[in-house]
Amino acid sequence: MEYKISNRLKIASIILVVLGGLLWGWGYMSSHDVTEDNISEYMNDSHGEGHGDAYHNEDNGSASAYKVESSQDEDHAEEGHKMSHEEHVLHQIHNRPYAALYVAAFFFFMIALGVLAFYAIQYAAQAGWSPVLFRVMEGITSYVLPGGILVLLVAALGGSHIFIWMDPDVVAHDEIIQAKESWLNKTWFFIRAIIFLAGWSLYRYFSRKFSLAQDTVEGNSNFKKNFRISAGFLVFYIYTESMMSWDWIMSVDPHWFSTLFGWYVFASMFVSGITVIALITIYLKSKGLLEFVNDSHLHDLAKFMFGISIFWTYLWFSQFMLIWYSNIPEEVTYFVSRIEDYKLPFFGMVAMNFVFPLLLLMNSDYKRIPWFVVMAGIVILCGHYLDVFNMIMPATVGDRWYIGAPEIGAICLFAGIFLFVVFTALSKAPLLAKGNPFLKESENFHY
Amino acid sequence: MEAASKVIHAIYTDDDILMSAVKKVKAAKHHIEEIYTPFPVHGLDKAMGLAPTRIAITSFMYGCVGLIVAVVMMNYIMIEDWPQDIGGKPSFSYIENMPAFVPIMFELTVFFAAHLMVITFYLRSRMWPFKKAENPDPRTTDDHFLMEITIHNNEADLTKLLTETGAVEINIVEKDEDAH
Repeated sequence: MEYKISNRLKIASIILVVLGGLLWGWGYMSSHDVTEDNISEYMNDSHGEGHGDAYHNEDNGSASAYKVESSQDEDHAEEGHKMSHEEHVLHQIHNRPYAALYVAAFFFFMIALGVLAFYAIQYAAQAGWSPVLFRVMEGITSYVLPGGILVLLVAALGGSHIFIWMDPDVVAHDEIIQAKESWLNKTWFFIRAIIFLAGWSLYRYFSRKFSLAQDTVEGNSNFKKNFRISAGFLVFYIYTESMMSWDWIMSVDPHWFSTLFGWYVFASMFVSGITVIALITIYLKSKGLLEFVNDSHLHDLAKFMFGISIFWTYLWFSQFMLIWYSNIPEEVTYFVSRIEDYKLPFFGMVAMNFVFPLLLLMNSDYKRIPWFVVMAGIVILCGHYLDVFNMIMPATVGDRWYIGAPEIGAICLFAGIFLFVVFTALSKAPLLAKGNPFLKESENFHY
Repeated sequence: MEAASKVIHAIYTDDDILMSAVKKVKAAKHHIEEIYTPFPVHGLDKAMGLAPTRIAITSFMYGCVGLIVAVVMMNYIMIEDWPQDIGGKPSFSYIENMPAFVPIMFELTVFFAAHLMVITFYLRSRMWPFKKAENPDPRTTDDHFLMEITIHNNEADLTKLLTETGAVEINIVEKDEDAH
């Protein structure tokens, strides 16, 4: 069963990249049209219409009490720095294209990394149901290395536009960041990132190599090697994924921390990854290429989408409830800024990532209907894009967020690269891992 | 309706043989009254042509009831009857204190769904306290499988068919319909 990337798909992904690049570039230009000279004018123009300013009028008792706390905290951070409000807003406006690029780059990268973890679990558990899907998973994980490099490039390019602790000026006036400097410094950040990425890519390289070798070489030696490196990789992964989430995401709010953040990001990447496996499987099956994949495989993928969506909600809520309950100012500002300035994406995300999959995928029969799974999958993916958006944006652009040209442009750009890389990888090997010792069980799998 | 009817009991010793027997009997267009097995046999309900279970729907409804009970109960206890200052935020509003009640809402949803579903399953299976066992042959609780088919003047046909399907024992029994 060979797949060849069609010209139409190639052209579509190139168009996505070009279009996304142009949109993002336009967004970048228009945000940099605002300079120190015209910022006052710009702010007068947008006053009253911008959603960011709207809440000033509707403050009620309890909300304004939070407001005082949170703004005090901000003042504190910039103490001695003496930044005017205009300058602050100007920074946020200039940060936006970088943050938009970073959110999209990370979102597509995390899909590939989530699939890599799922794939390793299948090997380590010696799962019998999934080998027919291995080549689809291997196709998606081919994006781990390019996607990871892109995230790092955007991080390097954005620098202090995304990570405020990369700005020596800010650090000089901030004791809390100074105390964290032995971990949060540019050199160590990129060294760590390269270690993480190298480890993940090495596993991906060898597991793919052994998986292909298993098709042609007699005996199960390659399968056994894959089993061993998968178990080892999972140990490496759960540590590095956690540290990656502190570095690449949590550090955008360098004063704030949450101890279950690594798990929370993991749940997000896991469910997005499984959703993409299901979507690509359905796509390839609709082309008549995966006739060995039956309803029960789809059913199982949909069960995972359902289950991990609830797992994500559990972690989201655990993080939220503890911080909400204790109401400690330096912790709770994180959610105050999100609930005040990001009400729609923050609660919209919970609806999309929890309520939709819960109601759509609860019924057993619906998990076998491809268009139903596709519909739920698209909602889940948009919801988890919003999740990353909510993690990065409040720290970088504050209340000056919008899902406009730079955001949509960045999504198109990375979606194009993702599709191109993944479908090129899919066409490099037969779609059936025919040497896998569990293949017969997988082909006959039924629920 | 006749008060008593004749049924045929075919006994098997293997679940795979039973499954193929069920398929043959269904193919010959006989109605299988009931099958008694020592353990659940995967796919037997589909092979017998039983209607899909509706227990999942009842479970969903019980879950909704549990959720409502939790909301009403916590609202009464913590907000109305004896207003509590939760987490230093004395808002005395259910919705603003909702995060604190989510664990209870979750637990009662699961509690109601699980317990009521089990009780429904028992009642629907006609099992309640002090009920006399319906199973016609104690060996079906050990290692034998029993298929029950009602006889409509086709005793010889059925006996022949069931012998061919690998039944180790075939008994004709007078069955009292009111025994349930």
